[in-house]
Parts: sequence; structure tokens; C-alpha cells
Amino acid sequence: MASTDSEIANTQEERKKMEQQLASLTSVTFDVDLYGGGSDTRFDGYERSIAVNEDDDVPDAGESEVARKLASYTAPKSVLKEMPRGVGEDDNGGDLGGFKKPQKIIDREDDYRRRRLNRMISPDRNDAFAMGDKTPDVSVRTYADVMKEEALKREKEETLREIAKKKKEEEELKGQGGAERGSRDDGAAAAAQSQKRRNRWDQNQELDGGAKKAKTLSAAASSDWDMPDSTPGIGRWDATPTPGRAADATPSISRRNRWDETPTPGRVADADATPAAGGVTPGATPSGMTWDATPKLAGTATPTPKRQRSRWDETPATMGSATPMPGATPAAAYTPGVTPVGGVDMATPTPGAINLRGAITPEQYNLLRWEKDIEERNRPLTDEELDAMFPQEGYKILDPPASYVPIRTPARKLLATPTPLGTPLYQIPEENRGQQFDVPKEAPGGLPFMKPEDYQYFGALLNEDEEEKLTPEEQKERKIMKLLLKVKNGTPPQRKTALRQLTDKAREFGAGPLFNRILPLLMQPTLEDQERHLLVKVIDRVLYKLDELVRPFVHKILVVIEPLLIDEDYYARVEGREIISNLSKAAGLATMIAAMRPDIDNIDEYVRNTTARAFSVVASALGIPALLPFLKAVCQSKKSWQARHTGIKIVQQIAILIGCAVLPHLRSLVEIIEHGLNDENQKVRTITALSLAALAEASAPYGIESFDSVLKPLWKGIRSHRGKVLAAFLKAIGFIIPLMDAIYASYYTKEVMFILIREFQSPDEEMKKIVLKVVKQCVSTEGVEADYIRSDILPEFFRNFWVRRMALDRRNYKQLVETTVEIANKVGVADIVGRIVEDLKDESEPYRRMVMETIEKVVANLGASDIDARLEELLIDGILYAFQEQTSDDANVMLNGFGAVVNSLGQRVKPYLPQICGTIKWRLNNKSAKVRQQAADLISRIAVIMTQCHEEQLMGHLGVVLYEYLGEEYPEVLGSILGALKAIVNVIGMTKMTPPIKDLLPRLTPILKNRHEKVQENCIDLVGRIADRGAEFVPAREWMRICFELLEMLKAHKKGIRRATVNTFGYIAKAIGPQDVLATLLNNLKVQERQNRVCTTVAIAIVAETCSPFTVLPALMNEYRVPELNVQNGVLKSLSFLFEYIGEMGKDYIYAVTPLLEDALMDRDLVHRQTAASAVKHMALGVAGLGCEDALVHLLNYVWPNIFETSPHVINAVMEAIEGMRVALGPALVLNYCLQGLFHPARKVREVYWKIYNSLYIGAQDALVAAYPILEDEENNIFRRPELAMFI
Amino acid sequence: MQASDRFNINSQLEHLQAKHVGTGHADLNRFEWAVNIQRDSYASYVGHYPILAYFAIAENESIGRERYNFMQKMLLPCGLPPEREDD
Repeated sequence: MASTDSEIANTQEERKKMEQQLASLTSVTFDVDLYGGGSDTRFDGYERSIAVNEDDDVPDAGESEVARKLASYTAPKSVLKEMPRGVGEDDNGGDLGGFKKPQKIIDREDDYRRRRLNRMISPDRNDAFAMGDKTPDVSVRTYADVMKEEALKREKEETLREIAKKKKEEEELKGQGGAERGSRDDGAAAAAQSQKRRNRWDQNQELDGGAKKAKTLSAAASSDWDMPDSTPGIGRWDATPTPGRAADATPSISRRNRWDETPTPGRVADADATPAAGGVTPGATPSGMTWDATPKLAGTATPTPKRQRSRWDETPATMGSATPMPGATPAAAYTPGVTPVGGVDMATPTPGAINLRGAITPEQYNLLRWEKDIEERNRPLTDEELDAMFPQEGYKILDPPASYVPIRTPARKLLATPTPLGTPLYQIPEENRGQQFDVPKEAPGGLPFMKPEDYQYFGALLNEDEEEKLTPEEQKERKIMKLLLKVKNGTPPQRKTALRQLTDKAREFGAGPLFNRILPLLMQPTLEDQERHLLVKVIDRVLYKLDELVRPFVHKILVVIEPLLIDEDYYARVEGREIISNLSKAAGLATMIAAMRPDIDNIDEYVRNTTARAFSVVASALGIPALLPFLKAVCQSKKSWQARHTGIKIVQQIAILIGCAVLPHLRSLVEIIEHGLNDENQKVRTITALSLAALAEASAPYGIESFDSVLKPLWKGIRSHRGKVLAAFLKAIGFIIPLMDAIYASYYTKEVMFILIREFQSPDEEMKKIVLKVVKQCVSTEGVEADYIRSDILPEFFRNFWVRRMALDRRNYKQLVETTVEIANKVGVADIVGRIVEDLKDESEPYRRMVMETIEKVVANLGASDIDARLEELLIDGILYAFQEQTSDDANVMLNGFGAVVNSLGQRVKPYLPQICGTIKWRLNNKSAKVRQQAADLISRIAVIMTQCHEEQLMGHLGVVLYEYLGEEYPEVLGSILGALKAIVNVIGMTKMTPPIKDLLPRLTPILKNRHEKVQENCIDLVGRIADRGAEFVPAREWMRICFELLEMLKAHKKGIRRATVNTFGYIAKAIGPQDVLATLLNNLKVQERQNRVCTTVAIAIVAETCSPFTVLPALMNEYRVPELNVQNGVLKSLSFLFEYIGEMGKDYIYAVTPLLEDALMDRDLVHRQTAASAVKHMALGVAGLGCEDALVHLLNYVWPNIFETSPHVINAVMEAIEGMRVALGPALVLNYCLQGLFHPARKVREVYWKIYNSLYIGAQDALVAAYPILEDEENNIFRRPELAMFI
Repeated sequence: MQASDRFNINSQLEHLQAKHVGTGHADLNRFEWAVNIQRDSYASYVGHYPILAYFAIAENESIGRERYNFMQKMLLPCGLPPEREDD
């Protein structure tokens, strides 16, 4: 829904633009100065469109309500309303009633990933293994053929590049010569050009009068014409070849927009040229396409062949016949009301036109579907509809004025309003509203719904009449298609059976027909995630079955699966890896290499990239050693640098994919790629360094000896390289240094450091990040001394990196903070903090935040003992300043920093506390809610330190202040205030608290009603804390009142709140005795709401645990006599929880509750038996080994008959009870219960008994040996176990 | 399979059987069960050294011999399987 709305919004936008353009057309005819500006002001203040659903524009009633009554401290209604929502629902903007809208893969792909669609599913290849010694047939494609083709392709590409280069050179030459000549015949050329570019528009303008043109030229500032680039539509008019502006007529590079583009034949030729995949999504509105499709108008400079003449150029006379006007389309193929858009610019591939011209692509279909939706809404009203709308009386139908003549000449029509008042050729088609045009033909034979996109693939299924005439081959194909369609679009059960059939019959169907059907589906541009997942699953299953039959299709499969490896979705990547791994296991290494070798030096970087990734998967599936010889050969390829590049990239990907598992092969991998550091090609050198970095990262902290051979070239390389290569080399060094021994690390760090310091100044962002990272890695290694860092690195480091600009980019920011913290770990707090503390008062807020975050981390890591008095003063001063000056702090950096510094300074902050508290008090009174909230949060962070500084009086004062702010209306702030109060109460204790607890608690009772989570959580924590420590300060009556409020809180969404509530019940019960609390809770068992009852039972169990079970059990068991299902179940559940909580204390109560459980286990109600069984389980587990076997055996006798229950929860509870009995009574006893049914004549019985036997066996296999029954020998089988009868 | 089985360990009976060889099912016959019992028993004897030592004394054999014997017996503990009538 939401996306449709946004589409509609887009169209409206588009239309508005068009109207503006047309309006500017109007201003051609009317003098702008006289008639007002180009934009039509007549309609200002009117709604231009009517919202589809009315509530869109009505301001949210809830919000205004909030504005009116904010006096109370409940959460705003708007918050309450949206509270019970799941997480992540609003992430995707518009959700369809809680469901995520299926998303097309192509919509989230970038251009690079979309290049997958450029790849072809190559024809089958020869399977050398299947052939044996035979020479392959000429018609099959062998490895040699493929390699030859690749070579040809490469050669072609190279030749083309050469040609282009040569042309360019020639042009440059010519350009130099031409410049001189150009000045001479400038005037002539301009004239000639103006001749050439003349089109209808020019004539039009000339007809309209040259006077206007002159006016335009005389730089009338108010005119639209001279405004550069205001809208593209207007900009193109600059091309008008007016004599004075001849220079402008040549489209200069800087002004190039898409209007200037030379029309490519395919684009303009006609509408059925399929739009490039994804290029035209439904979002791209038809009008947008129109303008795209008529670059003729814009780039008039190029004379185009006749066939491409835009329809704009055609004379009105030919229009009716030559162009497929909507009116001319058969009415049946199209909806009523033809779009106004379609009427105005005929070049739009109007749906009618599409229909006329044959096969419809999915994109076009979407376009059509969507356009139709719009048209439905904008359809002209019929007389009947008008009649229905207006009252019959009081209105009169007027005749049109006699002077009214509908505009009939299309040329003029363009200049008139853009509304489609109707062309003479247009007739309102006969309405047949019962007919549904976009409902596809019903799929026959129980097949699932077929999407229009699917017709291309599954269309054949629709005509089932000639089924009998099909050959067996075709029938097989048909069967596959049916199954695939079921997998793709069917319901889950359909899908499941279809998938199973496909798997089972895979070999029967054969690899060819299967993959020929599946793989094209995966290349479908409109594929959705779910569909792709299903199809990939099909491939996976089929692969498993087909095994070596898959060989000829390996490359085909790779073409569609490889793109998954670079998908942004993690699960897609994993899926892709799994398939390729299975594929390589099925096809074998030789086939995999043969299939992928030609792609290694493909001309397309995309292909090489994905191939490298796929190879790494093959390596991890079949083992690196198997692949090593091949990799070695590829990396040393003399033929093309691409092959070397890809080979080295494979090594990189292997390292990334398998991590520390590269260690056994590290030396060989390094040896394979090391020569790449000196390669003649820069790209190869870069990727080599990156691969080394990946290898070192994967093998850390081991394996330095394998890198010995590359140290020299790397360190030499950093002196000779610049730019990207240098960055890659530095990265490799950064990862290798941490592997080294201390002495070497120190030496090599010094070697690299001067280059690093030089690169500190690099303006390149990527270089900056790498340099920072390398500095971090170097600094953190053992051998690098603090003194060296202090003297050699720090000055330059701070000069270059601690600048405001670094704070603006998120990744720079993070990297810089990390590196600085790492340096601080070496050189100490004082050095680092001393250098940046002044910057806490910097004027740039992001920079201050970065400083604060660094200080926070440094201080939290290393403490504040190094900070001297002077620095301490500066620090507190700076922090106070930064804290007060912050305008936005979503990540709570300032707050955390403040807390960290104060906490690490400890008692040393005492002198500053009055000042800090002053700030807090002032900020608590601030107008902005955020500020108040932060002030309160700060209190809770520094409360502990304040007591350490013996500032109890100050805290008491803060307590009173906070108490006064309990009327806070913003729930977030109120939550923080409660949190601050809690922190104060925690540290100064109940007795010393001001305001006194007896005043504070009654004030909290109403706040418990608040439904905001943060408020609830903090409030219940505070109340619980008071109930725990200071219950005696509050009268019992108040506690009872709180008990009632707490019952409501048992419904909270957040588990933490429910848990705190339940615990609070325990504290209160302890404080005022369990009787009253219990009565409240038992009453609550009668409520309808399940969640509430469950929590109540937990609370009862907690009360029993805190006040000893004997205080609760009598009342609880008494409650079981209430003849009400919910209550009895509640009691049983309480018992279950109770025995779970009290554990072995249960041995004293087991005999007391046994009669009750007996009754429950015999009850007709399933839930009784289920809950009682789970109570028995907990009881049995609690008292195992404590001598209650008699009671347990008795209970087991009641539990046992329930083993034949089928309801899942009941049978689970029963089985668990039996498991509990196994623990408490021993497996032998349960086995004896079991034996009676293992060979029962009824299968149903046997099944259940074997199930019990199995869980018994899994639980205590060894213990059963002694308890197995004695089996008699048969004639030739020995079943006895005489060993057990031995004794000495 | 019952609806209730979806939640517990028996939902993947095949998997279960593969993981715990001795688990059974409704179609297990006397012989198969007995084989499982015998193998479990021998495994248990071999696994508990005191039991093994006890048997060794009782049979006047070395412990190693006892262990070897038990292991050998695990091969076909009950002799050859009886001929099946149904298949």
C-alpha cells in the first residue's frame, strides 16, 4: 500500500513537472511579464489532488489530545497506542498488515551486482570423464572450444580498445588543427547548424513571433528561458538556434544533461524495445519514459534517420493512422478511461501500444498494471456517476456555451491545458466493468497462481488440451515445469511435495531438462528473495541426486549461483557457498577447474571477481592442497595479467573464507603469490599486497616464518610506490607486524614509520584509514617502545589527525578513536589526555564528541591515576563545558564520558561536585526534555562517587529536587528521574534518604500506572528496592495498594519488568506477611487473561519461596477446591513453579500435595493432567535421591496412563514427567514399566512404548545393561547374557 | 508421525537412529533388539574396568583376554539373523 502511495506521489510529482513544462509552453504564447509568472498561481491554496484514504491529511487526533492534556504524568496516548508492536515492524516503512512485502532482488542491487544479468547461461559442455577415450563429437563444446572463444573475445576487446584509442588520438590532432580553422568559419558553421537543428518547435516559435525571441534575449531576468538548469525541460530550450547565441547552441560538456544525449536507436525506435532490465521499474513513471524516449526534441543536433522520427514531428494529418493512438487500440485490450498522459505524449509506450506489439515483458506488465490503477482513479465521470453524486434537485444541467469548440488540432492541443479534454479520435469505450482484465487465465489442474512474469517460462502449461499428443520428452519437460511452478509459487504443502518429487525423480528427469528449466528462472529479472531461495534449494537437492551427471552443466550453474556470493544478504552468500561446495563435490575438481578456467581471464571484471570467490569455495570444499598446483600455474600466467590478478585474488578469498585453517598451507600460498609484489602491472601488485594482508589476518598470531620471503619486497615497495599500491602495501605490513617477535616488530615498525608519517598528510580518505589502522597495529605490538611513540609518532599524529575534519566522517572518526586509544595504552593517559583536553572546548560539536569518546575510553581502560592536579582541573572544566554545550547526543557519548571520568577520578572530584550538581540542577530545570533526561541520567552515573566523597547532604538535596520533578510529563525523562532516585536510594540507604521513604513511596504508587516501558522498569525497580530494604517505613495499607497496581504490571511486554514485578511481590509478602498478598494473587487467578494468570502463578510461587512454602501451600491447596477451571489450573501451575523454585526443599511437602496431584492427574480436563504432570516432573527432579521414592512411584502410576495422549503439550509434559521419574527412581524401574508394551500386538501402542524406551535409552544407556530382561535362547541364536550371572 | 512428535527428539527418528545406534522402533523384532542388548552389555563390560576385572577373576583369564573376547563377541553376538519370511 505504502509503496503504491509513494508511486502515486511520484507520478504526481512527475505530472506537476510536466505541467510546469507545459505551462512554460503556455508562456511561449502569452507574455510572461503581462500575464504573470510561468507557474500558475491560480490554483495556489487549492488541493491539487484528493487523498485516496481520507485519514492521510487529518492530523492525528491522538497527538492533538496529547497537546491538550499534558498535565498528568501518564505516557502520551500516541505512545500508548503504538506500544504493543513487535520489533522491526516499522523498519521497512510500509508493511502489509505486519507482513514484509516480498522484495525483488533487483531492486536492492547496485549497478555492479546487476551485471550478473549480462552473463549468458552458456551451452552445455563436454564431460571428458564420461567420454572415456573417445574423441568428442564436433558439435559438443569442449574445453578447447571455450578457451578459444574466450581468447577471441579478449582479442576483440583489445582491438576495439586500440581502435578507440587511435580515434581519440586522431581527434585530438584534428582538434588542434581545427581550432584555428574554427575561428574563421565560425559564423558560417553556426548558420549551418541552425539550419540543421530546425524542427517543428522552431517553426512554431517563429510563427509566434520573433519579437518574443528578441525579448527573451534581452536578458529579461523574469523569464524562464535564461535561468540556467532550473529544470531540465527548460534548459533544453537553450539549444534554440537564435543568431546571437550560436555559441550556446553547441552543447558544452558542463551543461550536458540527459537531454543532450544522442538518441540510441534502440531506445527511440519503438516501444517494444524491452527496457533494460531494471532500468524501468514501476517507479519510473511513464511520463519519465516519454521524455527519455524523445531525445529527438532535445538533442536536435544529431540528424537522425527517418525511421526514428519522433511522433512529435509528425503532422496532425498523419496522426490518426500512423501512430498507435490509444483511441485506435482495440477497446477490449485496454481499460476504459485512457490516461491523460497517454493522450498528450504519444511516444509513451502506452499499454495499448504494447499489447499491439506482441510479447509483453514483466516490466512492461508492471508498468501497465500500475498505470491502469492510476487511470481507474482519474477516469472521467460518466453522467450516471454525476447523477449519483449530486442531489437531483436544485441542480441544472447546462448546455455547453455555443462558442465552445473543443480543440481539435493536436498541435494546438499541446499548447492548451494538459488535461485530456478529448481528442476527436478518442471515444469512451464501452464500459464493461465486470470484466477483469488483469486477472490471468486460471491455471489448470490445481496449479498455483501464475504471475504475469511467469508466463514466459510456464506459459506452455496453460494449454493442456494437446497433452496426449506430446512426445515423452515433452511430457517430461511439462512435468518438470509443473513441479517447478509449484515450488516457486505454490502453498507450503504443495511446495514440499513438489520438491520431494523433483528430488526423487531427479535422475529420471535427467540433468539437462532440469537445469534447462531451473536456471533461466534464476536469471529472471523480477525474481524475489523467497523465490530465489526456493529455486536454489531445488538446485541443491537435485545436485545431490544427480551427482556426476551434473558435469556438463557446471558452468551454467556457476553463472547463476556465483552472483549469490556477492549478494548483500548474508544468507544468500551462505547459500551460494553451499551450492558451489556441493557442486564441486559432485563434479570433482577437474571439472570445476575446466569450467572456471576460461572465466579467470575474462575481460569483464565482474566475472573475474565472482569466479575468484567461487574458486575459494571450491578450495575450501575440496581442500587447498588439491588446488595448489592449479593456483600456482594461474598466478604465474604469462599470457595475461588478468589471470595473475584473479589467481592472487583467489588466494585472498581463500584466506577470508577459511580463516585460521590456512595455516597448514600458509607457506605454499605465500610462495604462490609472492612474485606478484614485483609484477609489472599495478593492479596485480595491489591485489598481491591485499592478499598477503588477508593471509596474515587469517593466520594471526602465528605463521610469521611463512612471510619471511615477502618482508623485503614489501618494505622496499613502500619506498617506491605511491597511491593505491602504497596503501595496499601498508595494509599488508600492518597485518604482518603483529605476527612478529618483539625485536623484529620494533625494527620493522621503525622502518615503516617514516613512510606512515609522510602519509599522515595524504588527502586520500582511503589512505588515511589504512594509515590509522597500520599505526594502531604497529603501536599495539610488543616491541614498540613508549618513548619511541612519544617522540616520533605523537607530534605528527596529533597535528595531522586530530583535526575537526576527521570527526565528520563516521569511519574516520571510529578509526581515529581506536588508534588513539591504542596509543594511549602504550604511552599512558596523561600524554594523550593532555594533548586533547583543550579540544573539549572546541567550537565544533562533532569534534568535541570525538575528543570526549577518546577520553572516555582511555580513562576507562587505564584509570585516572596519571592525571595530575592541573590536568584534572582542565579535564573537569572541559567536560562540564562539553556537556553543557552539547546540542544533540543520541549516542550518549557526553554522558558516558562524564560518567567514566568522574568514576575513575573517584574521590578527587569532591571539590568539583558542588559545581557539577549546580549544573545538574540547572539542567534538570531546562526546557528541553533531552537535557533534563541527561541531567537525571548523569545523577545515576555519579551517585556512587558522590557517596565516596561523603557528599550525602548534597545527594539528599538532589533527592529532594528529583522528588519535585516526579510530575515530569515526558516518559523518557520521568524514567531517567526515577532511575536517578533509585541510584541515590541505593547508595545512601533507606534511613538517610530525603525525602523520607514514607513520603516517596506514596508518590510512586500512581506512577506504577504509567504504561511507558522505561518508566515502568525504573519505577518497579525503585519500589522493589524499597520493599526489599525499607518496607517498614511504609504502612501495610500502602503496600497492599501497590500490590494491586503490580497486578497490572504483570502484563508488561518487557520480560525485565515482569520479573521485577514478580520479585517485588516476594519482597512485599516478606514485609507484610504472605496472607494478604496471597489473597490478592489468588483472586487474580480468576481473571480471563492468560498472560496475567501465568504471571500470577509465578508470583505465588515466588511468595512461597520467600516466605517458605508452608505459609502458602494451605491457602493454595484450598483454592483448588474452587470448581473453576482457570483457578484449578492456576493452582497446579503455581505448584509446578513452586516445586521448580524450592528444589530439594520439596521433600517436606511432597506428601502433602500428593492427593491433590492424584486428583489432577485423573481429571477429565487435559490441561489439568498436563500441568500436574509438569508439577510432578519438577517435584521428581527436586527430590531425586532424598528418599521420597514411595510417593513418586505412586505418582508415576497416575502419570503412566497418560502416555497415549496425542495433544502435543500434554504428551510433552507427560514424557518429561517420565524423564523426571527416570532421574528420581532410576532407569531400571521405568524400563520395567516400558517392557510391557514394546512388543504389544497393536502398532500404535508399540510406537509409544518405543518412544519412551528410546528416550530412556538416550538418557541412561549404560544403566540399562543390568536391567534388561532375560531372553531365552532360540535354536541357533544365543540371547542369554551369562556373564551377569557370574559370581565369585 | 504424530503432531506431538514435532517438538521432541523423536521428530527426527532417522537422525536419532543414526546417532544412537541402540534406539528402536515399532518394527524392531526380537532378534534385533537382543543384538542391541548384547552389544550394549559387552560395551558396558569393556567400558567398566572393575567389572572386567571381576569377570577375569571369575573366569580365570587375563583382563586383556576378557576384553578381547567381549569385543569379538560384539561382532555377531547372537549368531546369524533368522531368515525372514516376509522378504
